Amino acid sequence: MTLSRKLLPLPAMAVLISAWQISVMRSDSTILPGPWAVVLGIMELAQKGLLLKYVVASLYRVTWGYVLAALIGIPFGLLLGWYKRGEKAFNPIIQILRPISPLAWIPIAILWFGVGDGAAIYLIFLASFLPLTVTAMNAVRNIPEVNLNAGRNFGLSERQLITQILYPAVAPYLIVGLRITLGIAWLVVVAAEMIAVNSGLGFLIIDARNAGNRYDLVIAGMVLIGIIGIVLDAGMKNLEKMKSIRWGYGGN
Amino acid sequence: MAQTATTAPERAVEAAKISVRGVSKIFKRDGKEVNVLDNINLEARKGEFVCILGPSGCGKSTLLNIAGGFLKATTGSITIDGEEVNGPDPRRIFVFQERGVFPWMTVEGNIGFGLFKLPKEERRHRIAHYVKLVGLEGFEQAYPQELSGGMKQRVEVARALAVNPDVLYLDEPFGALDSITRLIMRSELLRMWEAERKTILFVTHDIEESVQLADRVVVMSTRPATIRRIVEIDIPHPRDISSPRYLELRDSIFEEIGLAHKV
Ligand SMILES: Nc1ncnc2c1ncn2[C@@H]1O[C@H](COP(=O)(O)OP(=O)(O)O)[C@@H](O)[C@H]1O
Ligand SMILES: [Mg+2]
Repeated sequence: MTLSRKLLPLPAMAVLISAWQISVMRSDSTILPGPWAVVLGIMELAQKGLLLKYVVASLYRVTWGYVLAALIGIPFGLLLGWYKRGEKAFNPIIQILRPISPLAWIPIAILWFGVGDGAAIYLIFLASFLPLTVTAMNAVRNIPEVNLNAGRNFGLSERQLITQILYPAVAPYLIVGLRITLGIAWLVVVAAEMIAVNSGLGFLIIDARNAGNRYDLVIAGMVLIGIIGIVLDAGMKNLEKMKSIRWGYGGN
Repeated sequence: MAQTATTAPERAVEAAKISVRGVSKIFKRDGKEVNVLDNINLEARKGEFVCILGPSGCGKSTLLNIAGGFLKATTGSITIDGEEVNGPDPRRIFVFQERGVFPWMTVEGNIGFGLFKLPKEERRHRIAHYVKLVGLEGFEQAYPQELSGGMKQRVEVARALAVNPDVLYLDEPFGALDSITRLIMRSELLRMWEAERKTILFVTHDIEESVQLADRVVVMSTRPATIRRIVEIDIPHPRDISSPRYLELRDSIFEEIGLAHKV
């Protein structure tokens, strides 16, 4: 991509923000704070020390829930994919659990962990675990039989087959799954924080409304969630550029 | 074929390299039995190039997979140097269509894949040799998706040859290539075979291809496959594919299969 094409979104954004500011000013709106009010809101949060505190609190929960889910869900999924019997045994349970929104677990999460980090982390874990398990399972199932047979033909042991064929073959799919799942985890943390804890960006939004209808802070919270979400996604996207993985994404 | 200067009596007692004895295969699927191979008997001498020719779906791949140790025969057995096949073995390498190359490895990585037991220096040496043999110099660091179908196929052949197997199994290796590349790959394969003299079992459904390549063509029937005839192709390489003998052998196979070659 050329630089000028990379910069293309900037004018569009400038137009949108100007239109937002102008229409709020013209209409003297009380139902929507303008962008400038939102900027002031973010600065206020920074001054009070809440900005960093809430961002860190949200990232902390996402990190724990997501990393735990990855550490358990991916190996579990790989095992299910590798041992067909495992898949046969567990797949029905997985399929039943999958359509249940992680948010439906909120009451149970609070019952088990109380209001606090534990409940939020548990919810993020739940939201990330199944997608990662299913991704890993399908990735193994989709390894071409010819690749495995070639490995066996060259005299690889079962262990070498796993390290030299299974891992590299599933890596691109796992990276994509990790990226999508991090997006889900970030969606869920906001919802979880609205109910199950009293800090974090989700809490900020609900608290700003409850304690004084501070809609500038509500939107400030939304903007922060958006920006951090983009940064997380861009970080994961960078992983896809690794040479040994790029083959999995079609084209070059 | 007689590349080694053995004396006549020695050759006479020399056992077959590959011998297929009474191999049948019945697949069971959804409670139904599919009879695929019916009592196949076949021998290949050391260094011989044997083509297995038959219509699609007759069981050629199944036979080759049994010889490769990837499938078990229902009855009968295959021995190589008198030793029964019962599992894959690096001494006999199966070349899939170009799909078999590892997309996560470079050309070099692929060709050196089977050499993990060798010391680094020797490994490098061998890789370089086979890169050259298949004409992929300059592409050592390329990934398969940057290569054409023919080049990928060369990578697979080089990967197989690099471990110095005594037997190569090729299952319609050029089937997915365009017809010009296919012709080039055939003569490349012959060149490599003449350089290394592996025993080759080559599966194809292409009559011309079999007559161009093989020392002997094993003509199979439709499923359940039996051997209809084995045709000796007594034309030295390089073969003139418009010579009367070539046409005669080709036409006899066309007739054997029951095809008039008029379009
Ligand atoms: N694992 C299997 N289970 C059941 N049937 C099979 C299996 N593998 C192959 N077959 C059947 O055996 C027949 C021969 O297949 P194959 O050996 O691949 O034929 P060819 O290579 O000659 O085209 C086909 O009808 C195919 O459907
Ligand atoms: Mg086949």
